[in-house]
Amino acid sequence: MMASIRRRAASISLIIGLFVFWEVAVMAFGISSLILPRPSEILSTLYARGPAIWPHAKQTLYTTLMGFSIGVMIGLSLGTLIGSSRLAYDTAYPLLVGISSIPKVAVVPIFVLWFGAGTVPAILTAMIICIFPIVVNVATGLATVEPELEDVMKSMKASKLDILWNVALPRAMPYFFASLKVSVTLAFVGSVVAETVASNRGVGNMMMIASASFNVPLVFAGLFVLATMGVSLYVIFSLIERRVVGWAMRKDGAV
Amino acid sequence: MMLSPQTLKTPLIQFEGVAVDYGRGPDRVRALEPTSLAVSEGDFVALVGPSGCGKSTLLKLAAELLQPSAGFILFGGRELGAKPVRVGMAFQSSTLLPWMTIRDNVMLPLKIVPPFRQHYRAKRRGEYRDKVDALLAQVGLRDFADSYPWQLSGGMMQRANLCRALIHEPDLLLLDEPFGALDQFTREELWGTLQELWMATTTTVILVTHDLREAAYLANRICVMSPRPGRILEDRVVSFERPRTVEMTYEPDFVSTIQHLRSMIVHSPKESPK
Repeated sequence: MMASIRRRAASISLIIGLFVFWEVAVMAFGISSLILPRPSEILSTLYARGPAIWPHAKQTLYTTLMGFSIGVMIGLSLGTLIGSSRLAYDTAYPLLVGISSIPKVAVVPIFVLWFGAGTVPAILTAMIICIFPIVVNVATGLATVEPELEDVMKSMKASKLDILWNVALPRAMPYFFASLKVSVTLAFVGSVVAETVASNRGVGNMMMIASASFNVPLVFAGLFVLATMGVSLYVIFSLIERRVVGWAMRKDGAV
Repeated sequence: MMLSPQTLKTPLIQFEGVAVDYGRGPDRVRALEPTSLAVSEGDFVALVGPSGCGKSTLLKLAAELLQPSAGFILFGGRELGAKPVRVGMAFQSSTLLPWMTIRDNVMLPLKIVPPFRQHYRAKRRGEYRDKVDALLAQVGLRDFADSYPWQLSGGMMQRANLCRALIHEPDLLLLDEPFGALDQFTREELWGTLQELWMATTTTVILVTHDLREAAYLANRICVMSPRPGRILEDRVVSFERPRTVEMTYEPDFVSTIQHLRSMIVHSPKESPK
């Protein structure tokens, strides 16, 4: 208990320390707020422009979560398919690696071409960027069932579906949740990139316009908003993970 | 091969000239020489022999996890696989599922194996739960039904593992070195538990083990196998009275049985690979 408080205290003081250092350094070296605004400036901008920022934040959160949800559904089904069938693995994996190695920024113009600028390309970009980690993790979790456990199940004449449902999928859940935490932050990257390139709404678009008019504190305020949303979602999924697959993290005493 | 008294009754499971090869073509490796073995109903047979001699292969054949390359296997006089055989299996690693309580782990076969699975939804909170709890109580795990596997010691996990292999009242219990990873004292304790469980049921057991004392303590019959490719060198009846105790394993008769088995294995002919 004491140890965990001390650990947490250390990480909190590092974050606070970083901001203090930033504030002091900017003042000490007289850096213009056109280049690097002070944290206090950014916070006051956040407060003053809050009502204007809020719709953008809502839009970004919406496209991210939509893309993420669709991505999770597709990723989970693809991962299950690939992880439980050798044939599907051999057939689909090379294609999947190929698709995942394309920089996702590069597909935004295509989505814009197909669906026009706005919400849809942002959702699709968020979706496509978060599928791959989920597929790989779920497939790995499914494919690494201990052979002895499989023998026990097969000796009971369990069907493939029985094994998948009772053993393989629950066993893959820790992998799945680990990938969710990665994917949800990646989904933000996807939606913000798409908003920056082609949208008239969203935090990405707001930062784009702010930087064009040299409103640098607002650009940084956008960054803060993104960081806050990203961290919040990460924390939410960590908490869900703890509840659902606590059995895999017994060292923390969570059951 | 020698005829033991058991082979004269109608055997429950019968291996006839069963051989197993792994791989194909020039990479073909023979894992099991043509072997014949008959196990009658309610019997307890131990397979002993050096590592890699095909003991586990025989178990996998009985569980239909492997198909023989030659020969055939009869179950109750009919070809194995003709009708479903209820099999319980336990390995050295307990393979209990970490996200389930001990009770749910032991109940798993009732969810999978017919005819239990047809009534699983209706009975899992009533009849099945009582059945599992009774079996857990029998092996001294009554108070651990709601614990998770990682909260248990290795010996307790193997007790639960035995329960999982027995809960669906299998015709055939196949044990592959179930106590191999346990310390001496825990192992001896579990011999007693297994003997009790076996004496209380009519289950036929085939046990694979490296431990000759374990084989002689538990089994009615011990089959000694040769090094790879395996075949049965000797089929020996162990007629010490039951229930057997750990003290008995230090008596002269018992010790000489073990010494005989040991010399069979140590001096078994080393065959050149074909």
